[in-house]
Amino acid sequence: MKVMPDAYYSVPPLGATRSAPPEPALADRLRRFPAGTHITIRGLSKTFAGTPVYDNFDLDIPKGKIVSVFGPNGCGKSTLINMISGILPYDRGQILFDGKEAHETRIGYVFQNYREAVFPWMRAIDNIRYPLQYLGIPKGERQARLDRLIESFEVQFDLNAYPYQMSGGQQQLVSIMRALVVDPEVLFLDEPFSALDYEMVMFLRGRLQKVLTERQVTTLLVSHDLDEAVLLADEVLLLTKRPTQVAERLHFDAARPRTADTSVSDDFIRVKSRALEVFQREVRK
Amino acid sequence: MNTTALLARLRPLIGVVVLLAIWTIMHATRAVDPVLLPSPAEAATAFWTGITEGTLADDFFKTVVRTLWSFAIAVLVAVPLGIVFGASQKFYESIEFAIDFFRSTPASAMFPLFLVIFGVGELTKIAVAAFGAALVILFNVAYGVMGARKQRQLAARVMGAPRWRVLTDVTLLESMPQVFVGMRSGVSLALVIIIVAEMFIGSTDGLGQRVMNAQMIFDMPDMYVAIIAAGALGYAMNLVFILAERRFVHWGGK
Ligand SMILES: Nc1ncnc2c1ncn2[C@@H]1O[C@H](COP(=O)(O)OP(=O)(O)OP(=O)(O)O)[C@@H](O)[C@H]1O
Ligand SMILES: [Mg+2]
Repeated sequence: MKVMPDAYYSVPPLGATRSAPPEPALADRLRRFPAGTHITIRGLSKTFAGTPVYDNFDLDIPKGKIVSVFGPNGCGKSTLINMISGILPYDRGQILFDGKEAHETRIGYVFQNYREAVFPWMRAIDNIRYPLQYLGIPKGERQARLDRLIESFEVQFDLNAYPYQMSGGQQQLVSIMRALVVDPEVLFLDEPFSALDYEMVMFLRGRLQKVLTERQVTTLLVSHDLDEAVLLADEVLLLTKRPTQVAERLHFDAARPRTADTSVSDDFIRVKSRALEVFQREVRK
Repeated sequence: MNTTALLARLRPLIGVVVLLAIWTIMHATRAVDPVLLPSPAEAATAFWTGITEGTLADDFFKTVVRTLWSFAIAVLVAVPLGIVFGASQKFYESIEFAIDFFRSTPASAMFPLFLVIFGVGELTKIAVAAFGAALVILFNVAYGVMGARKQRQLAARVMGAPRWRVLTDVTLLESMPQVFVGMRSGVSLALVIIIVAEMFIGSTDGLGQRVMNAQMIFDMPDMYVAIIAAGALGYAMNLVFILAERRFVHWGGK
């Protein structure tokens, strides 16, 4: 009798991949990064079944900004943020958050597939509360944080419901709140809105922007929707095809909150057109 | 409630009625020797006297207690072990064959061995039943833990949960449906083994012993009653677990 599911693989330990001693060229690169950098990625390499997805990849991510990651299908956007967040081990390289490793950093992660990310056996409120117990802060402070968060998200529905009693958008909101309740140093979002209807997307974008602007969290957002990538970003990170490199970084400085009106502004259109140009060039290569 | 809805509700009883009808006809037409097949009415009378004057209720209760004891022991041993085994693929692979082998060994084949170890008595019956049930439960728990989808575990890890907390807070709950499958099969197997043990291992009570006894003194009505009582017990236990699962795994299938 076959007893094990074929697709079985174990959960990788967080931060399991330790960096090897850097080569001289790398050692030099390690010491240089722009002011205001939060996350430094150096010499990152990752191969899946013999195919390199990343080979000696370098990147600096600024502190307190929202960076959108955009690139061709399968270029390794999820792989990148999974490696940075410590979910996925990498083969070589170094990723540091202000000199710390992922497991020493408070991280929030929002999955695309909220249905398989929230805990259906817990009420929404307990889902949001869950990560607080690992922070080592007193009970009263935990409750205060929870209350503050609920207030800033202006939650309109009953958080005592179970996730399966809620709409997709509400579940994803719970998932976002769970990621933010710990006051993360870095927030990762992997296509968080792609499974939701447009009205819900608009609503969640608004709430998320508001809280992120209030709290100045370093944020990495993967999006396959260029409009969204530009609209929410302080900076759009455009990636090449595999082996993946940074194709271009575009700044977008429009005032917040950004709404549907922002997306018809000249500035927006200029950045988006440039992004499209780079994207098409990279896809054709 | 309208008539169609009422009829729909009664539909599951049709099979029972048909069975009783066939039984009555077989008896009335003497298709089977009436000594071997008493009428339903005779069986019902035997049931009533068994409960009011005889030891039917007591035998039933004894079998329930033995089954529940062996089941409880099996759960206490097998669930934690199943989690540990299932949590590590390497560990599981190393013991998979051994477990699968014992699981495939009929528990009844272990009676003599357990008799030597525990002697003729209560302990042997419970031990063999617990052994059989534990293997079934262990296997299902380990399987459930291994097959649990990974994303929620990753979510917990990234939130800072230590490994053992991921196991207890996420993986175990994620595999709850499979754990319940194991517990249901486990309690059914425990009942089978207890009944057999009551038949053959020096018992003075229990439903198994009652069936055997009735056969020896050729009290056919009482034998049917004991068989039906054992069937009802098995059915009730299964039902309890289905209801318990529905309550506990309230998120299942949603
Ligand atoms: N566990 C894995 N095993 C083998 N190959 C993988 C694995 N995960 C990802 N890949 C491959 O690595 C490449 C990058 O995958 P990744 O999911 O990071 O891409 P992506 O940019 O997020 O794509 P998408 O736009 O579809 O979300 C893909 O070609 C994918 O097939
Ligand atoms: Mg992806």
